[in-house]
Amino acid sequence: MHEVDMIVNGVNRTESIPADATLLHALRDRLDLTGPKAVCEVGTCGGCTVLIDDLPVYSCLVLAVECDRQRIDTVEGLSDGADLSALQESFASCDALQCGYCTPGQLMSLEGLRRANPTPDSEEIMASIQGNLCRCGAYRHILDAAHRVFDVEQPGCGR
Amino acid sequence: MKAVDLPDWSDEIELDQVGTSLRRLDAHAKVTGRARFTTDIRLPGQLFAAVVRSPIPSGDVIDIDTAPALALAGVVDVLTAADVDGMTWYDDEVPLLAGTVRFVGDEIAVVAAETIQAARAGAAAIAITFDPNDHAATFDEIDDGDAPVVIGDTNEVETTTIERGDAEAALDTAAHVLSETYRTQIAVHNSLEPHSCTAVWGDGEVTLYCSTQGVNNVRESMAEHLGLGHNRVRVVAENVGGGFGAKQIPWKETMFAALLSKRTGRPVQVALDRRGENLAAGKRGRTKQTLRIGADDEGRLVAIDARLVDDSGAYQVPGEASALHGPAQFMYACDNVRLIRKTIRSNSGASVAFRAPGYVEATFALESMLDDLARILDIDPIELRRRNHVGHDQETGMRWSQPEGVLRSYDEVEKSDTWKVTDRGRTELPHGVVRGRGFAAHDWVAAAARPPGHAVVTFNFDGSVHVGTSAQDIGTGTRTMLTQVVAEELGVEPERIRLSLGDTSTGPPAPTSSGSATTPTMAPAVRAAARSAIDHLLEAAAEHLDVELDSLSFDGSHVRVVRGDDHPIDEILEAMSPTVIHGWGGRETTADDANGVSPRAQGSAAAEVEVDTLTGQIVVRSITVSPDCGRILNPRLVDSQVIGGVTQGIGFALMEEQVLDERLGVVTNPTSTTTSCRRCRIPVSSIMRSSTSPTWRRTPLAQRGSANCR
Repeated sequence: MHEVDMIVNGVNRTESIPADATLLHALRDRLDLTGPKAVCEVGTCGGCTVLIDDLPVYSCLVLAVECDRQRIDTVEGLSDGADLSALQESFASCDALQCGYCTPGQLMSLEGLRRANPTPDSEEIMASIQGNLCRCGAYRHILDAAHRVFDVEQPGCGR
Repeated sequence: MKAVDLPDWSDEIELDQVGTSLRRLDAHAKVTGRARFTTDIRLPGQLFAAVVRSPIPSGDVIDIDTAPALALAGVVDVLTAADVDGMTWYDDEVPLLAGTVRFVGDEIAVVAAETIQAARAGAAAIAITFDPNDHAATFDEIDDGDAPVVIGDTNEVETTTIERGDAEAALDTAAHVLSETYRTQIAVHNSLEPHSCTAVWGDGEVTLYCSTQGVNNVRESMAEHLGLGHNRVRVVAENVGGGFGAKQIPWKETMFAALLSKRTGRPVQVALDRRGENLAAGKRGRTKQTLRIGADDEGRLVAIDARLVDDSGAYQVPGEASALHGPAQFMYACDNVRLIRKTIRSNSGASVAFRAPGYVEATFALESMLDDLARILDIDPIELRRRNHVGHDQETGMRWSQPEGVLRSYDEVEKSDTWKVTDRGRTELPHGVVRGRGFAAHDWVAAAARPPGHAVVTFNFDGSVHVGTSAQDIGTGTRTMLTQVVAEELGVEPERIRLSLGDTSTGPPAPTSSGSATTPTMAPAVRAAARSAIDHLLEAAAEHLDVELDSLSFDGSHVRVVRGDDHPIDEILEAMSPTVIHGWGGRETTADDANGVSPRAQGSAAAEVEVDTLTGQIVVRSITVSPDCGRILNPRLVDSQVIGGVTQGIGFALMEEQVLDERLGVVTNPTSTTTSCRRCRIPVSSIMRSSTSPTWRRTPLAQRGSANCR
């Protein structure tokens, strides 16, 4: 077991974590943050996306012990109390979700984009969620929500 | 009140709540990460389990050593065939844990441990010795009867023939005859939440938190397997991370969780990993479809003769059956039809319903053939389909619920930019890129109710409302749409309603979410319950106020008395306390047995694509689809469903395949989610047509299922 200090959603956490635990499993099974989902666990679907020092990562591909002294943000930290962030609000308004299982990952990819670049263009929005699979096929509404929150005209979206 | 006794919502009635794009009621929970899925359940003392699967497609287990697993730190229990003696699974009633394995992925043992890592380490530590057998995986060999037998004495599960007229004779005299063989590939549902169950065994009863499309179905099936009364099995599916047909029935993980919880006395979660999910929890089976069609010079079909073969995998499962014969049987007017439908068995995972099972595969074949016919006869593809239109079931004579619906869909799609902007045929672009357009019609037996579907509406003493049912919301928006229907009938705002579902203990029986039937079954049920609650309210108020019943009415906020005072609902409910005002509503008939009408959901679509003839890359430039949705309860949610269905359709057509190596009997891409459609740029336009009129009455709401429409 290894002592790991992380700042998770703004709170200092010290956890004793086995060397082989991924960040995903540390979050879900030790910190009770079940927003990030275990889907493929081989880095192909984006369901486990969280931010490490503001950068979106697949938490299934990161060992928890690698995260010592780093800032981790999950979907649970996006809203301010009961108030949704603008991105969350936009997702809800545009119905950018169906079953909702991929939603935490989609949101964190876009939140990572927002932190790196608050005024992305359409191509950058598209690129930021390219690694997030939605099996319900909510892509168009996800893009609608992203374009709306970043106030970008959406090209070629047929409506 | 029975839903069949409700007066219709005709086009003349103005509706306030139904037809608005009310925000999805669970959106807040889902964007904050608070929505709890089965895999998110963490109970005190909970164990996690991992499944040991066969690495070979066929053989016998001759030795299994669990000691290395049990010696590992954190491993608590191991379940093998010896522990589940007499427990059987699948329609074939084979042992729950296999002594004989029949596909790569067949379950041999289950390990429960303190953590998922320990469970997986335990599963890897179990040593198994096999005596391998020859396997059957090559489709044509199995079809020809030349492959080793998977189970029993034949790989032919069933062959049925559907026949009307004389297809052979009509083909002999037809002006034009086309024939072709089409094959469709294996595709997996790849629900992002795997099949999973967290079981809590108590004092002779069990609670199953289950990622399922049918809590009642799981309860009844598990109760039967476990020898328990229905009252001893509670099934909860608060949120479900996708199902697409594969979660209509309980799979083995549900039983593993229940048995391990009983043995260990602790809650146990069995969540399949991606490999297990994609190998052993259902798939769309591969098909081979040989079609011959005969047509006259005007393109009218005079004969359809088809031999349709599909692969059910190693085992047969219950649930919605694949209707591979459906499109050829029903879609077009044709007097002479012969459909020979054969199901074969192979050493691969079981096939199960997957979004319009059978129809997706068969529509591809039939519509491809119609396109060939249009080309040969030089008839516009849409015109060809118009000429072959039929508005009724040609065997029973039963009228479609929308006899002309698909014709209107053709008109809509024909007018769309997707169809109009592309030149007919092939447009050559620079660098070897060509652009073309395609058109297809679709048909689906959607919109029939699947009774029983029941609900109870209760007034709280402050005038707010509780709706209880045991339906489930698998992401289709059931919670939201049913709330809108109750709000409409009662005249109250949706914010004043709480609707409980997803739990066998939150309300009376409701159907499995399958066959696009949830809304057509449950919307009339909750509406009837609301109407019944109003009736109860007025009867109780008449007695309380000592006035004639017919002098009273309810407007959502007040009980009104003709030539008397209006009584605010909270005040009168408080005054009548402890009487509780409630109403029951139930859907106990299907639309067709009630009305002599066959419910269909038909429509059509056009696609504009570019193909790079040097690299093979295909770009879908636009899709326009015009499905017949009946009355649309919530346009935005239906839009989500339609776009989602089209997206999966594009995935099946262009991107998705589970690759079964026929020689080795091994799936070569079992952990992959990348084969699933991940094009986020697909420009899908849906022209949803609210076709409430003219509609032959099927439901008192005139709506139909679109959840599983393509």
